[in-house]
Amino acid sequence: MKRIVTATVLNQSGVLNRITGLFTRRQFNIESITVGATETEGISKMTFVVHVDDDRMVEQVVKQLNKQIDVLKVNDITDQAIVTRELALLKVMTTPQTRAEINVIIEPFRATIIDVAKDSVTIQVVGNFEKIEAMIELLRPYGIKEVARTGQTAIKRGSQRLVSESKQFSILN
Amino acid sequence: MSQNAKAEDFKLEAQAPENKGPIDGADLFIETLKRENVEVMFGYPGGAVLPLYDALYKNPIRHILARHEQAAIHAAEGYARVSGKPGVVLATSGPGATNLVTGITDAMMDSIPLVVFTGQVATGVIGSDAFQEADVIGITMPITKHNYQVRSMEDLPRIVHEAFHIATTGRPGPVLIDIPKDIAQSVGEVKFVDELNLPGYQPNFKPNSLQVKKLRSALAQAKKPVILAGAGVLHAKASEELLQFVEKMQIPVVNTLLGLGGFPSSHPLFLGMGGMHGTHTANKALYEADLLINIGARFDDRLTGNLAHFAQHATVAHIDIDPAEIGKNVPTQIPIVADAREALKKILSLDFEAPKADEWRAILEQDKVENPLWNTEGGDGISPQALMKIIHEITEGDAVVTTDVGQHQMWTAQYYGFNKPDQWVTSGGLGTMGFGFPSAIGAQIAKPDKTVVAVAGDAGFQMTLQELGLVAELKLPVKIIVYNNMALGMVRQWQETFYEERYSQSLIPVQPDFVKLADAYGIRGYVVQTEEEAEKVMRETLKDNEPVLIDCRIKPKEMVYPMIAPGKGLHEMIGVKPQ
Repeated sequence: MKRIVTATVLNQSGVLNRITGLFTRRQFNIESITVGATETEGISKMTFVVHVDDDRMVEQVVKQLNKQIDVLKVNDITDQAIVTRELALLKVMTTPQTRAEINVIIEPFRATIIDVAKDSVTIQVVGNFEKIEAMIELLRPYGIKEVARTGQTAIKRGSQRLVSESKQFSILN
Repeated sequence: MSQNAKAEDFKLEAQAPENKGPIDGADLFIETLKRENVEVMFGYPGGAVLPLYDALYKNPIRHILARHEQAAIHAAEGYARVSGKPGVVLATSGPGATNLVTGITDAMMDSIPLVVFTGQVATGVIGSDAFQEADVIGITMPITKHNYQVRSMEDLPRIVHEAFHIATTGRPGPVLIDIPKDIAQSVGEVKFVDELNLPGYQPNFKPNSLQVKKLRSALAQAKKPVILAGAGVLHAKASEELLQFVEKMQIPVVNTLLGLGGFPSSHPLFLGMGGMHGTHTANKALYEADLLINIGARFDDRLTGNLAHFAQHATVAHIDIDPAEIGKNVPTQIPIVADAREALKKILSLDFEAPKADEWRAILEQDKVENPLWNTEGGDGISPQALMKIIHEITEGDAVVTTDVGQHQMWTAQYYGFNKPDQWVTSGGLGTMGFGFPSAIGAQIAKPDKTVVAVAGDAGFQMTLQELGLVAELKLPVKIIVYNNMALGMVRQWQETFYEERYSQSLIPVQPDFVKLADAYGIRGYVVQTEEEAEKVMRETLKDNEPVLIDCRIKPKEMVYPMIAPGKGLHEMIGVKPQ
């Protein structure tokens, strides 16, 4: 199962190394990691997308991360109300005939062409994982030369769902 | 009150160097150690630490010069385990540091507080593959609780203070500080720090009352309760509280290998050590229990055997200072993140109803009689089990005993009979050969008046025997007992049992004459072939104030029994006493 875990860390040298080393050593499988500055100087936030076998393993991920001295706070935010975004750059082959088609395809994704060459265009798209996957699938027939993705970063929504809303059980289902 | 007074004294002392004006990094290093009340350090000099050793020469702290860095760190581990204080190690860059890796890992696995200092090449050449450069921070990241590289001498007092705090609090462990040579040589004015600012490190000592209440109701309902007491009891100095709790509730106790001594082995409720070479009764209790209270143990695989069969009928309560250990291997219904002593004090302060377990205790008592530890009779050579009983008798069960890993370790754990905390030093988690002898040296330095017995196999002893030089130099009365079966005994045992007696590289036909070897260092040496001889020599030498090496020729084919084969459950013991 896929989980999204965030960690607030002290921006010390080697902190990323400590964390990736921990993931390797404990056999936690990472899909992506993003790191960036936060609103507080000296503190960075990391977002991990990890694949784990069960709840016990994700509990271990969180606990082992928490044991690191440079880690301030760890959250498994998968089941909370969150927004996740990723940026992808795609270099797609073009011919004079396909260029217009590609424009039409990417338009509903609110993607933009940021570089044009004789036989290719570079497209920038921002969205959640599924949206980017969907656009890549649509562009694949044209020939994708290169893909660069940032990995997902995430933030909790300003207002969280009420507990009563997030757990909907009914005897009718 | 007394603690406040201590803190005051500390500050007064601390002000002295601040008034001296500029100081160099190396002198500062020594001052910071003195502020942490370091009485002894274990180390080995080299190029990158020359400034530190020069400062040590001018402003001495007792320094134990081992003959190899690995022995220095094992000695520091022995010192830490027995004294309750952090062990301090100093080694040079590159090979000095890499020679510490085994000891650092050993301390990490067995939660031993160490503060390890390594020299490093000058900051200007770090990353250029300079002479004796190694990426010590990278190498030790996964095997330390935390590590630091000092990038500016102004940071040194803070880093040292944090390192001692991190190493000794919460779940103890090794912390490493890498000091580049130019930092040791730079001069500046610095301020010492007493306050700590570690927002990411806040170990929880006090138990959660809700979980304690859950334990209370679980106990009231339990019919087959058992306590598994680990090294956490020793680290938290909770053995007194554990004894009170056990006597009040009348619950049988199993120790882990590293937990031995945390509960008196002579107590009627003691079932023995659990796990691979534990007693039948201890494993039966763990297997059949309906309530398992783990206090400061980490459910290591050598204890649990096959997890699918482990404590499957039991409600599991786990008291541990490290939250990551709770639920890691065994699903836990009652998690109590706390210091073992704090948790037990809290439990004792509440009115707990003792479980109704008369029947259970009777079953276990019966099993103790039916399935005791046993050994083969007759044959050539000394019975290793009988030998350990002799050592126990002569030292009145009061010695500090250290071991390596393997057969002799298991026989010591089974037969020495530990009744008090902090008299047992062994390499449990990492299982390090060559650990026993140097750790005995550290233990003897921590407890100069105690009898310290280093039990080693003939193979493990040869991994660190160069420390005979250190024993001779310091005239330490360490008693070295070599369990000599001309083999890597445990490897041989597994090859006999699981590999159809193909003894691949486990027999050592050629050995030094250990008596002459001891003699070369000016240490008394004896070789004994029978139990009578052994007893005679030990009576003469184990209680006096001189070092001794006794080469004991044990039965070469004796096995450690009973045993749980790898992959089997606790109920599948082999080699239980034949009826």
